[in-house]
Parts: sequence; structure tokens; C-alpha cells
Amino acid sequence: MDIVSLLKTLSETPGISGYEDQVRQVIGEVFARYADEVRTDALGNVIALKRGTGKAEPRRSIMLAGHTDEIGLIITRIEQGFLHFTEVGGFDPRVLLGQEVVVHGRRDLPGIIGSRPPHVLPPAEREKTIPLDKLFIDVGLPADEVEELVHVGDLATVRRELTQLKGDFIASKAFDDRAAVAAMAVCLEQLAGMQHAWDVYAVGTSQEEVGLRGAITSAFGLAPDLAIAIDVTFGNQPGLSAAETVEMNKGPAIVYGPNIHPALHDTLVETAKALELPYQVEPAPGRTGTDAWAIQVTRSGIPTALIGIPLRYMHTSVEMVSVKDVERVGRLLAAFIARLDAGFMDRLTWKPAISGEK
Amino acid sequence: MKELIKKLVETYGPSGNEDKIRQVIQEEIAGLADEVRTDALGNLIARKRGQNGGKRVMLAAHMDEIGVIVTHVDEKGFLRFGAVGGVWPHTLLGGRVVFANGTVGVIGTEKVEDEERNKVIPLEKLFIDVGAVDKTSVPVQIGDVAGFSRPFADMGKRLVAKAFDDRIGCAVLIQTMRDLKKTPHDVYFVFSVQEEVGLRGAMTSAYGIEPEMGLSVDVTLTGDTPEAQTMAVELGKGPAIKVKDGRMLAHPGVKRLLVETAEAIGIPYQLEVLERGTTDATAIQVSREGVPAGCVSIPCRYVHTPSEMVDYDDVTNAVKLLVAMLEKPIIL
Amino acid sequence: MILQQLSEAFGVSGYEDAVRQIIFDAIRNDVDEYRVDSIGNLITLKRGTGEAPFKVMVTAHMDEIGLMITHIEDNGQLRFAPVGGIDDRILLSKTVCIGDKKIPGIIGVKPIHLQDDKEQEQVIKGDKLTIDIGATSKAEAEQLVKVGDYVAFTTSFADLGPTVKGKAFDDRAGCAVLIEIIKAGPYPFDLYGVFTVQEEVGLRGAQVAAYAIEPDVAFVLEGTICDDMPKKKDVSPTTELGRGPAITIMDRTFIADRRLVKLLVDTATELGIPYQFKQPLMGGTDAGAIHTTRTGVPSVTVAVPSRYIHSPVCLLSKSDFENTARLMQEALRRLTPATIGK
Repeated sequence: MDIVSLLKTLSETPGISGYEDQVRQVIGEVFARYADEVRTDALGNVIALKRGTGKAEPRRSIMLAGHTDEIGLIITRIEQGFLHFTEVGGFDPRVLLGQEVVVHGRRDLPGIIGSRPPHVLPPAEREKTIPLDKLFIDVGLPADEVEELVHVGDLATVRRELTQLKGDFIASKAFDDRAAVAAMAVCLEQLAGMQHAWDVYAVGTSQEEVGLRGAITSAFGLAPDLAIAIDVTFGNQPGLSAAETVEMNKGPAIVYGPNIHPALHDTLVETAKALELPYQVEPAPGRTGTDAWAIQVTRSGIPTALIGIPLRYMHTSVEMVSVKDVERVGRLLAAFIARLDAGFMDRLTWKPAISGEK
Repeated sequence: MKELIKKLVETYGPSGNEDKIRQVIQEEIAGLADEVRTDALGNLIARKRGQNGGKRVMLAAHMDEIGVIVTHVDEKGFLRFGAVGGVWPHTLLGGRVVFANGTVGVIGTEKVEDEERNKVIPLEKLFIDVGAVDKTSVPVQIGDVAGFSRPFADMGKRLVAKAFDDRIGCAVLIQTMRDLKKTPHDVYFVFSVQEEVGLRGAMTSAYGIEPEMGLSVDVTLTGDTPEAQTMAVELGKGPAIKVKDGRMLAHPGVKRLLVETAEAIGIPYQLEVLERGTTDATAIQVSREGVPAGCVSIPCRYVHTPSEMVDYDDVTNAVKLLVAMLEKPIIL
Repeated sequence: MILQQLSEAFGVSGYEDAVRQIIFDAIRNDVDEYRVDSIGNLITLKRGTGEAPFKVMVTAHMDEIGLMITHIEDNGQLRFAPVGGIDDRILLSKTVCIGDKKIPGIIGVKPIHLQDDKEQEQVIKGDKLTIDIGATSKAEAEQLVKVGDYVAFTTSFADLGPTVKGKAFDDRAGCAVLIEIIKAGPYPFDLYGVFTVQEEVGLRGAQVAAYAIEPDVAFVLEGTICDDMPKKKDVSPTTELGRGPAITIMDRTFIADRRLVKLLVDTATELGIPYQFKQPLMGGTDAGAIHTTRTGVPSVTVAVPSRYIHSPVCLLSKSDFENTARLMQEALRRLTPATIGK
């Protein structure tokens, strides 16, 4: 699999939370190459099923979840042809100034988030950041034409093409969490050449950035025996301490904490060791803010794990990952799934390991 | 509808204390539904059965209103209180509240220092005076809840009252039940509880109903007052069809259905992007395996103050929109 | 007193194993069924004597607040993050124990002699502190602890006469009350005694247990905020020590079912058991997750007032503890489906 070109397509296809249709289409086609079935549910989750070979009915299943949505902008008001907007998901308004965008109106329109030239600004002004509600998009068209082409509630995405950096590093928008989608594709491709007893649901979840909403409903619908969420995590970068981050290009971050079933964490670590795959342990003392957080408490509870893909500059349009890390996550997932046998759930116990009647 | 609206807004019913307003609504909808029940949390659920294999549709308007709860009764008989739902401290001083047992209270403040005169007085410095002469003559106790007290005013086209959020939604639902003569759909009209404290009634009622489509009918803010927030919604320009609010992105298909219906019957409508706040639809959307959800909003000025203002035409047009939508097959 | 054993056990959210073991050993002969579910809740069933199919869930959470190791410095010092709600100001000059091996550690601070006046006034944020286990290098530290290890405070339990002191009364006090309730059974209905996990990080255990059990009614037992120290202003103490079990009417997470509040008040009044209403809007409990499960579960919280919760050492009154256990048992005996209109 050419991961870079897959990531280029995934990253450059728009898919703002709640409006993931285009990227969902792309992902569905990629997953369909390796899966037995692909479908979309009521909230826009794209669900691929790759059947296992296990004989027991109903067959056990594992859900992989990586979110398809990206943060974006939404038009709130149109004033003399200029577009006021707000965020869908969490934007740092400071990264928007002087940015090119695409406004998804009746047709796609190139737009600019304008900044007033420094010449006209008093020095004190330049020391201040500009809040979202003071920014606007200029599409360079006359006001009446804008009113026709753009409506309140239309969306806009930052325009960005993938940049190949030195070595294994690439940068673009929406690697959060399309990098995980690519890792799931790698996993499915790997599984095509392996034996696995369990059914595998690879789920591109919707609306993660606005409250883990697709994960809530897809996990409820699938009711899997196990789940692994894949999301990006903070890679070391200027301005962040080692305690807050994981290292770039040093392998998947296998998360540990209340959100994670410890036995799943341990099995992932064992799997990585057996593959001689580099990995890192990332502590998460509480809320992880990922799909794993929602999935774990679905229905009567689903043992859940979380794998982080190290990423720098999260929620900007220059999110940076190592292609190798993405590929490693895919391989780790596949090898983990291949280990799942009929007795796995029985070994997934807490101390004291008890169940029964007196 | 104005008489119905007046009756609804003047009835007591802060979150968790919806018994009286539920009683009033239950009487209003008598005979309009095939089934009526109250669930474990207190949601009032009325079902109108469809004739021929339409969708299971849930419409939700919340019965509860914001209010205050007594947290402490001091030695002299003054009551300290906290907010039930999103109460603005700005709106409290000098205001009146009424408890379930009819006790009236006025809101006073501790001494305001000179340097604090231009600041909002925090809730911790306010208290309720129920006219008691000492602790033993206080007719309410810790945990009792009061609603705000303000009469309904009919300004002609515009109406003012407390609790338009969301009694106006309740009025729209009731009128829709009256006007909807025939529908192919199995329609559940839910008068939900505890929306203001976390969409709790919508969570449990949606789980029980398992709708195939969910709509909330609630108020939204406007951007049409002096130096208001950036928002395209105005009073009197028609019901607002939600695209996004603070916690939900409406299902694009539901939004489209509402837009097309409004255009087909020729009523004005507006598209709504609300930056903060949300409605019952947020809870309905993630119920079970997920529900295509949206919201019909009644534009409302001064939301969460004792004087909320709506436009009567927006209200009647919202009823027309819902009735027209429910009369036809729904394809998302 | 089982409260001592429970209080001294290591049970930070996500790592409740030791507490679960103690509870299981205490009740295994008193229940008809038991299991540990996927997230770690200990779910027990004591079958009822009555005919009506009526399920009552009573919960208490096993987990306590604590810390987690996030990074090991080159010099062997350990960085940490809070698990659950911790006031940074309580961390200084405390002893802790870390991980499976309960490695002892201390949280030190710069000597007062070397601080300037400004530093004295500043709160030291948790992320500026470290745990010292006496290791002199990262390699040495890594032999004893690892990133992700849980950290608990080390506080011994003591009987002070009318009161007891110890750590984690939030909610080991509730666990101890629930053990007594289970032992005092059976009741006319099926009693699901559930010892939940991960309350302190978001009511997570209770949510899945309630979904699985589908109870008709739920009671949540807590060790709750008690802020009755002398104050200048006549404001709420939240609860007061020695004034009996605290009944919740409304908190940040739920509004109690009025009928269940009435049942508790009527029972207390009938038997002369003291009770108090907890200051509304303060805190949150597992009831927040339970009451919105599926189609909704009428719920109420009853708590043993406990001073200084979410710190390494708490204090509670023995009479409050006993009265909470008694009120709950008596209220359960008076509970029928009719109480909630079924």
C-alpha cells in the first residue's frame, strides 16, 4: 500500500464533522478492497466488516475506530459579501489569519481569511490575537453573487495540500484522524494475508470532534466484544515537555489508564514485542477525549484499548506524522487481531477473577 | 393560540418539578392522541398512530424552565440559593420567585462595595427573602425549588413572558397535535423534563421510543438586537431550521426536509447556526444506534431572562411547518 | 471494622483490584450471584423474598482519587498527573505509594528558607512537583516504577472515639454501608449490590452496570462533602458531622426522585433516625449516570458526611455511619413497587 498517496487523498478530501460524505465515500472504497461488507449508518459512520474464520456462532467481534471527521468552519452570517463564521470542533483562531480556504457553497469557492495590512495597524493592535468572531472570509465576488452562492450554515475547509518533509515525515491538514483511517486500511490489507478467527469491524467514525458522537452510536449498534480506538496523540515539539508528549517516529503509543482495559494494554505490548515493533506507553490518568472514552461505557461495557499515532501541531493545517508510525500502527493492529482466539475473552479478567452463583 | 401560550408560560415548572405543567399539558392534549403516558423520569409522551407505514417520528419540546433552588436557610430566615439550569445573575436582583406551594420571594443582595457597582453580583452574594421574621417561620426548606415570576404580555405581533424557553415549543407541539388531522407516521409528541439541567428527559424518552427521526422544537437566540452576537436569525423572519448549535450538527437530510417543506407551503424560514447552547435533539441524535435529528427553532430574544420575547407569526408558521412535514412521507 | 481495611486499601480509579478483593471476601457468602464485569464493577445479587419482579440497585464506588506517573526524569524524579479531582495545594509534603509493588515515595518542596515572599503566596501546580522514591537515575527508577503506574496516598486508619480518620472515605464509607446492607438481607425484592469503578473520573462504572441490570430503582451510597468548620458567614456547611445521613435532592449530575426522598424522610421520621439534606448543587455521584440509563431509573443518593474528602485524610462520625446503614436498611424494607407508582 502506498501510504503517502492514500494519506494525501484522505487528507485533502473535505469531511467536516456532520458532513463527512465525501471522505466517507473515499474511505468506503478503500475499505471495500479488503472487507466483505461496507455500509453507512444513521449518523454517517462508515462500517467495514471483514469476517473471521472462527466457527463459534455468533462469532466474536472486534471494533476498530478511527474518526473520519475533521474540524472546520461554518458560515454564521453574510455581511456585504463578507462571510462571518464560527468553528466546528476546536480551532485555534490564531492559525486562521492569512489562510486560504475553500467555501463549500452552491459550488466550491476559493476564499481568503483576510488580515488587515500591518501598515494600518497601531503597534498595540499587533500584540493582540483576533478572536474568531472578528475574522471573516473573502471570496472575491460581488455581494449579490455571494448571497446567491453561499448560505448561512455552509461550510469551509482550510486549503492545504500534503507536504513531503525530510525522511519519513509528511504534513497536511486532517491527519487527525485520517492517519488512523490509513492505519486501519493497512491493518485490513495485512489481515487479507493472515488467518483471523474474529470478525473485524473497521469503523470510520463520524463527529468525533464535536463530542465522540459517531463512536457512541456505532459501538451501540455493533456491540463488539472488544474495541480499539486509534487517534493521534501529542508528539514532542517545541513548547511541550517530555511529560506531555510521546516521541515522533518511535512507534505507536499504547495508552494506559482508566479508559483502557489493562489486559488489552498488556496484550498490545506483548504483540509489539513479538513483532519487534517499537512502541511507547502513554499514560492517560482520566478522560482521553477519544472515541475510546465513549466506546468503553457503551451498553454493559466494552473492553477497550487506545493506540495513539504521534503527531505534531494538532488542530492546525500542518499536522505532521511519520509514515512509518502509521504503518506500524496498522501492523500492530493486524497482529493483535490475529492473536484473538476463542478463549481470549475468558482470559480478560479482573482480580479477583470471579463469576458465578454460590 | 395566545390563550394556550399564556396558560403554559404562567405555570410553575422548573427542572425536576414538572408535575404542575405536565398536568396542564395533559389536560390540553386530552383526546388528541391515541396513547398518553408518563415515564420514569416524568416525560409526558403522547403518541398519534400513523395509518400506513410511515416513519416513527419523535418531536420533543421541554416542559421544564430554569429556576432557583434553596441551598441554605440562615438563622434569620433568609434563603441562600443556587441556579437550576442556566440562570444569569444579571437578571436576578430585585426579581421575584414563586415556590411550588405558592410562597413568594424577592431577591436581595449583600452590601455592594463601591468598586463592585459595575460588576455582576455573583449568586453567592444574593439571597431570597420570603418575608419570614425568623428561621422557624420560613414556609420552604432546603431543596425547594422556585420559578421566576413575571406575567405574560401580549404586544400584538410580539409576545413577552418568562419560560418561552420552552413553553413556546410545548405550545407549538400541542397546536400541531390539534391541526394534524391525518399522518402516515407514528408520531410521538414528547413533553420532556430536565432539559435545562442536561437534556436528561430526552435521553430516556428517545431510548424508549427508538425514533427513526427526531426533532426538537425549542427557542434559539437572535442577532437582531443592538450590538448582538453575530447571528443571522431575526425575530419575525420565520421559524429557524437548525444547521448547528453548540453541541449538535443537524442531520443534513432533516435540514433539507424542513427547508423543502417550508418552501413548498410558502412560509418564511431562516437557517440557524447557534454558537452556544443546545436542545433535546442533541440527546436524541446519539440515542441507541443513532437517530437522524434536527430542530425547529422559535427565534427568541433575551433567552433565560424573565422577559423572553418571540414573534407570534414565527410561532404559527412553526406549527404549519411541522404539520406539513408530518402529513407527507418522509425521505431523508 | 471493615471500613479500616477498605480505607487503607489501594484503589485509585482504574485500579480497584485490592478493594474489590476485600469486598468480595467479605460478602461472598451473603449473596446468591456475583460477577466482575468488563470495566471492573463487582456486581452481586441477593435474591428477594417477594413475588413482584422488582429490581433494586444499590451502589457504592470502590475507587478513590490519586495520581498517575506520567514521566520519569533523567535524575530519577517522577512526574505525575491527577486521577480524579485533586486540589494541588494538598500535595506538598505527603507520602505516597506507587504501583503493584507499592513503592514508597514522597512529594517534597523547596525549603522555606530558600523561598522568597512571592513564592510563599503562590500555589505550586501539580505539574511542577515530582515524586521522589530515592532513585538517583532514570534507569534506577525504572527498575521500581513505570510510566502509567497508579499512585495512592498512604494514610493509616484510626479510631478517635466518636469519629474515625483515614483516607478514601469517599467512597469506602459507602462500600462499608453497602456491605452491611447486603449482610442484613434478604429484602422483599432482588437486591443488586454493585461496587462500582471509576466514579471519580466520570461515573463510568455505574453507567454500564445500570445498563446491564436495568433496575427499577437505584440508591447510591456515598461519603460526601462536609464543610462544617466554623465560618464567619451564615452559609451552608453542605452537610454537618453527627447530624445523620445526608440525602441528596439535587446535585450537579441529577435530581433525586422525590418519591424516594420521601421514603427516606418518612422512614427516618418514623424511627427517629436523624437525617439532613445535603446542600443542593454540590458535587455529583453515580446517580448522575444511573438515572438516565435506558428509559430512566428513579434514583437517590444517601451519604455519610465526611470532612476533608479528596485529601489524604478524612474524618467521619461513627454515629452517622451507623445511622446511614440503619436508615438504608429500614427504607429498603419499606420500599415497594408502589413507592414509585408501579
